[in-house]
Amino acid sequence: MMSIRSLAGACLSAFVALGAFAVPASAQNYPTRTITMIVPFAAGGPTDVVSRIVTAHMAQTLGQSIVIENVVGAGGTTATTRAARAANDGYTLITGHMGTHAASVPLYPKLAYHPEKDFEPVALLAGTPILILARKDFPPKDLKEFVVYVKANAEKVNAAHAGIGSVSHASCELLNSILGVKPVGVPFNGTGPAMNALVAGQVDYMCDQIVNAVPQINAGTIKAYAVATPERNPSLPNVPTTTEAGLPAFQAQAWNAIFAPKGTSPAIIATLNAAAIKALDDENVRKRLLDLGSVIPAPVNRTPEALATLVKNEIAKWTPVLKPAT
Amino acid sequence: MELFANLAHGFAVAFSPINLLMCLVGALVGTLVGVLPGIGTIATVAMLLPITFGLPPVGALIMLAGIYYGAQYGGSTTSILVNIPGEATSVVTALDGHQMAKQGRAGPALAIAAIGSFFAGCVATVLIAVLGAPLTKLALAFGPAEYFSLMVLGLIFAVVLAKGSVLKAIAMIVFGLLLSMVGSDIETGASRMAFNIPELADGLGFATVAMGVFGFAEIIRNLDHGAEMNRNLVQQKITGLMPTRKDIADSTPAILRGTVLGSILGILPGGGAVIASFAAYTLEKKLAKNPSRFGRGAIEGVAAPESANNAAAQTSFIPLLTLGIPPNAVMALMVGAMTIHGIVPGPQVMQKQPDLVWGMIASMWIGNLMLIIINLPLVGIWVRLLRVPYRLMFPSIVVFCAIGIYSVNNAPVDVVLAGVFGLVGYWLIKHDFEPAPLLLGMVLGPLMEENLRRALLISRGDWSVFVSRPLSAVLLAIAAGLLVLAVLPTLRAKRDEVFVESEG
Repeated sequence: MMSIRSLAGACLSAFVALGAFAVPASAQNYPTRTITMIVPFAAGGPTDVVSRIVTAHMAQTLGQSIVIENVVGAGGTTATTRAARAANDGYTLITGHMGTHAASVPLYPKLAYHPEKDFEPVALLAGTPILILARKDFPPKDLKEFVVYVKANAEKVNAAHAGIGSVSHASCELLNSILGVKPVGVPFNGTGPAMNALVAGQVDYMCDQIVNAVPQINAGTIKAYAVATPERNPSLPNVPTTTEAGLPAFQAQAWNAIFAPKGTSPAIIATLNAAAIKALDDENVRKRLLDLGSVIPAPVNRTPEALATLVKNEIAKWTPVLKPAT
Repeated sequence: MELFANLAHGFAVAFSPINLLMCLVGALVGTLVGVLPGIGTIATVAMLLPITFGLPPVGALIMLAGIYYGAQYGGSTTSILVNIPGEATSVVTALDGHQMAKQGRAGPALAIAAIGSFFAGCVATVLIAVLGAPLTKLALAFGPAEYFSLMVLGLIFAVVLAKGSVLKAIAMIVFGLLLSMVGSDIETGASRMAFNIPELADGLGFATVAMGVFGFAEIIRNLDHGAEMNRNLVQQKITGLMPTRKDIADSTPAILRGTVLGSILGILPGGGAVIASFAAYTLEKKLAKNPSRFGRGAIEGVAAPESANNAAAQTSFIPLLTLGIPPNAVMALMVGAMTIHGIVPGPQVMQKQPDLVWGMIASMWIGNLMLIIINLPLVGIWVRLLRVPYRLMFPSIVVFCAIGIYSVNNAPVDVVLAGVFGLVGYWLIKHDFEPAPLLLGMVLGPLMEENLRRALLISRGDWSVFVSRPLSAVLLAIAAGLLVLAVLPTLRAKRDEVFVESEG
């Protein structure tokens, strides 16, 4: 809902933006029409939900509507290829994530784009912590026991994941490489079926994003050993961090960030970044993201430069882990 | 009783004006989606999902659920009228449904499909309310080994479906399995038979192949010389819109059996509803005193699968409502809708969101009532559509199919592929190969392969899991039994009348 006041606010912030940057003629009135935000996953998934919450607020700030276009397929790379080839006029953007803009590099040798070379980073939106989960009757009681058990029974344990290239697959590969184990990975089509198998006790453990797991953990149908972020998550206050539980090396978050095609004018990037930051500071937006278990980036991590560094670091982090899998 | 208190609460929620309206909108959209060939429920729910974000969560989910089961009502319409299944679950309905239409009995076929769906929907709704929680165990008891065995059974059904040669039916199943293997390997991510075409990386879509081999191929055949007589026949001799007393008597046991089969198979995540419709058809053909009527316009062949797919559509809500785990793609989208509203479904969703769960259950019954009220009068309109000259009808069908196929992935390549499959389908029809087993092979193929590999990964390559797990063993035994029944007559060099309906 756009009220008169928020419209006025949008106009005001547009003027502020105009005053703050030296704007080239083409970008002067940006945006003057509807912006398309490509989401590389299905409507209702974690990336889609984060995009919708943030872009709804950004649209108010920018004074133009932002239409979400869900383009699915090939682990999000179909959509990302399309975004990389789109006109760099600021009217086609993409909500990329850990998979499309980092893990895809080692996973898809014939990737039609490069996350760093073909995109201008705009803003980091949110991170979704990864949990280490196990079936409820899996013998280890805590993370320390889990590490010992998995190492001792590497031949016997099964790790579920939601398909090659999924967040759960990449993060489990990272965990396994840190532990130095190669359990049998059992692929499922998406997190739903994988979670079903974990609840039914058909597989032993998996790594998954916090959103899907919280209700199952609270109901006791599965258990969580640790959350792979520096701080505990408010939605699971009793689950320790990997640092607390004795495995500080395992740090993983599924992050979502806005990117624009390469060559988009810096003024447009700045306008979009400002709008995204404004959304992340909004009480209502923050509450909705926190309810999902998301981590909202600290102000220092919200600049386009910080996002560029994140992408660089993430590619470096995932490449050695995922390379042997293909 | 707690149940009645819950149901009363649910009806109180569902009868609020906004939720009644949402239910009606869902039922109407669902019917439309089902009727329009190519436009599937997944694509529609995905497209409409953003609209629901502005609605109250209960109303939004009631509407989305309405689209899902409403499509099962509408899906039979094009199967019967023009031999184009609107949904995977209506493929077998086309076998006898379209034959009935050719005999001028499109009205009774459409009506019995709606009546069977209504009955099945009502029974399954009661089942969700009464036995939802205990039935959840069935969904959890099905591991990879059990799924694989179920899929084997499903493929055996496909053999029994065949009207003509068993060998040709098996060839079609294998062709379907092969087509299903196009795309990324689930375990390694390696590309298979995609020929470096990026659009093939995720495999061939069901809608693409179904529209091709059923829709486009049927149109080419109809435009063929000599088919004109046949077409005029469909248009001219329309008798009675409503089923006769004999039709009702013939269909009643089929509807009952279809409902039971559909209710059970629907609970299983994955292809439950598709297998249910094929299984129900097979069961009727096996039980019939004169199986040769099947494939020639037997009303049981419409009543049983339509009841089964609707019952399965309802009971597939059980894992979502009791475990919070979406059993199929449409349900996953509904979970997305809940997440947007800040409700993350889980095992406690029944206790934490009684408005949502019981409101939805109650709305399903109301929705089914609305659907039969919408669909029965529509029968007359649909039948009248058959009188539209074919030169006007076929371009519209082609356009609708093309739009539908394009809308699934927004991919022009899919439309081209459907055209190719149209030519393939025409060749198949001309050589007496039937497309139904092909489609079943294609739907079951990925489920079968993935679960086989999962089961073997978990068992470390030990094949005995398929017989050492009791549920899996029973399913395989039934499959083996059916296969023996199917092959024995051939061995005796005396073809079973199950398979021989026409000598042409």
